[in-house]
Amino acid sequence: MPKVLRADNMNKCLGCFTCMLTCAAVNHNNHNLAKSSIKVKTRGGLQSKFAATICVACKEPACAEACPTNALVKRPGGGVKLIEEKCIACEKCVSACIVGAIHMDYDRKIPIVCKHCGACVRMCPHNCLSMEEVSE
Amino acid sequence: MIGTEFIRVLYIDLTNKKADIQERKDLYKYLGGAGIAVKLLEENMKKGVDPLHESQPLIISIGPLSTIFPVVTKAVATFISPHTGEYGESHAGGRLAMAIRNAGYDAIVITGRAKKPTYLVITDKNIEFKDARAMWGLDIEETGRVIREREPGPGKRSIIRIGRAGENLVTYSCVNVDTYRHFGRLGIGAVLGSKNLKAIMIMGEENLPIANLKEYFKTYQEIYKKVTQTDAMAKYHELGTPMNIKVLNSISSLPTKNLLQSTFEHADDISGETFAEKNLVRKVSCVGCPIGCIHIGQFRREFDKGYEYESISVSYDHELIYALGSLLGVKTTDEVLQIIEEVELVGLDAISTGVVLAWATEALKKGLISREDTLADLEFGNTMEYIKAIDNIADRVNEFYYTIGNGLKEAVKKYGGEEFALLYGGNEMAGYHTGYAFALGQTVGARHSHLDNAGYSYDQSAKEIKDEEIIDYVINEEKERAILTSLCICLFARKVYDRPTILKALNSIGINWTDQDLIRLANDVFFTKLKIKKELGYSLENYKFPKRIFETPTLWGKMDEERLNRLLKMYIERVEKEYENWSRGK
Repeated sequence: MPKVLRADNMNKCLGCFTCMLTCAAVNHNNHNLAKSSIKVKTRGGLQSKFAATICVACKEPACAEACPTNALVKRPGGGVKLIEEKCIACEKCVSACIVGAIHMDYDRKIPIVCKHCGACVRMCPHNCLSMEEVSE
Repeated sequence: MIGTEFIRVLYIDLTNKKADIQERKDLYKYLGGAGIAVKLLEENMKKGVDPLHESQPLIISIGPLSTIFPVVTKAVATFISPHTGEYGESHAGGRLAMAIRNAGYDAIVITGRAKKPTYLVITDKNIEFKDARAMWGLDIEETGRVIREREPGPGKRSIIRIGRAGENLVTYSCVNVDTYRHFGRLGIGAVLGSKNLKAIMIMGEENLPIANLKEYFKTYQEIYKKVTQTDAMAKYHELGTPMNIKVLNSISSLPTKNLLQSTFEHADDISGETFAEKNLVRKVSCVGCPIGCIHIGQFRREFDKGYEYESISVSYDHELIYALGSLLGVKTTDEVLQIIEEVELVGLDAISTGVVLAWATEALKKGLISREDTLADLEFGNTMEYIKAIDNIADRVNEFYYTIGNGLKEAVKKYGGEEFALLYGGNEMAGYHTGYAFALGQTVGARHSHLDNAGYSYDQSAKEIKDEEIIDYVINEEKERAILTSLCICLFARKVYDRPTILKALNSIGINWTDQDLIRLANDVFFTKLKIKKELGYSLENYKFPKRIFETPTLWGKMDEERLNRLLKMYIERVEKEYENWSRGK
């Protein structure tokens, strides 16, 4: 069964950003957490709670629908896969994603999309993140 | 910069609103953090010029491992301290190191004085000098809010700022870093104030490709495991540093009521355990640290009858509970948090503020100063009066507050009471009355901090106090810590980052240093700091310890003044000899 990323326990988040550092390193070979596909931030200053912006694994992904070159294809279980060679960096996927889970990597001229690989989950010290089994 | 052999320095001139970037190959051998910050200070400082003169520099730096390895979270600031007149160094966690890294810099050197109150916006794409006139006078919290609302980048940015104390050049004003962290000591807040610099916002999306992902991530995971799955750092995410309160109290080492006592009858009421049970609402982390040692305590305050309450959250630590709790005789956690809140809002160093107020309490009682001076009924345990006094310090409302705003050293010159002024090397005492190694260590440490060499740790773990051993410990530990602070590793992770681990981490990102390189670095940092201090007129000849520290029992009983003086002499002789050898080798 395919798995998708969930962030259901963000009240436990410490704000250590290890998930982002791991995602940026493992998936994008970069030390800058701006390259991460999971984005943790506060709801407004450190006195507020932390929130994670993640790909919610849409079964009918608007980002893929908006893509004019079929660079984003549906992923089993939800969400999308990026076929880099087909991407023309038009950024239509970015505005189509209403939860704000996609942003551009301007160095590589591609959108950063979550693969639901679970690397962030494995490096979260407080179990705020999890992988959930879903049907195809 | 990662993957290069130079240090990328951003120079900012506030007077002319200009910036310059230099790629410094020559600084590479100083690695980062304290190493490069001390060299940049040496290059840019002006001897014989007031610490708050616009030409004096403020330097902030990070290291090669910053953010990309667990618990490598600190940024290091150096400056000429307006508080001691000599070497100033302060460390802060939070998000600042990440933000500097992501903006693409290793160090920032700020000189000059803005013509009008200004805040800086530094990103990987721009440097902007923005109008902060409307923010002048705002507290730490409001300043943060205004900038958060005006500037982009939540989650990726760091906002550092000063409060009224910094604006008014109180020599123990601090810089607040991202709400819960600080460059606390030695008056760095006044340095920003003297430059008309209210705040700095920094962020970036600089491309930082990883050269050898396999090697790097393997090492990363090993260290991550050590941090999260061994007990090397357990203390910090459980009760946190406040666990010290009970421990120190039980061994007669908790400074209480201006050190009239070294045990506190209400220690249990303000212990780490009590804070955790009554007030702890959450823990947060600096970026890149899975520990979460920042303990946030909440208290509620009734502002009107009819169940009208406000709730306030502030971070607490051992040093704050000591300085604003036991040392002032404050006996409930809620009250300690209330005092912390006030110190936070105006932007003062919590340790110095507590020590100054403890001295003032005793000076008032002894008649050295009067109620007309203090404008508050300073009395041990009287929380609300201390809160008034804290506001008065920040605003420097009269001659008395103006004087104590220049620190305890200035206060005793004018009003007396030197014998009960808790000063070590011109800086207010930290929260350990453990014995000789602490007393010597804070006095001689580069920044007169208990963290320079952790003498308190020797006092607490020694089976028998031996003079030679103390000298060895204080010197060796400070050198070892020079390596950790040059790498910006949080000192709480010192058990995780032993020498082999440090070298492994460095090697995994292509910095092929050896143990010998680290030893050379430790000596260079240690002695360069001493060189700077000497050039600024620092000397321990004729140094006098305050009488009070000999009157109150420590863990090892009452200290003997002669023995401590002898230790100081031994230390000076040893270090002078080593310094000469180092200078000759340069």
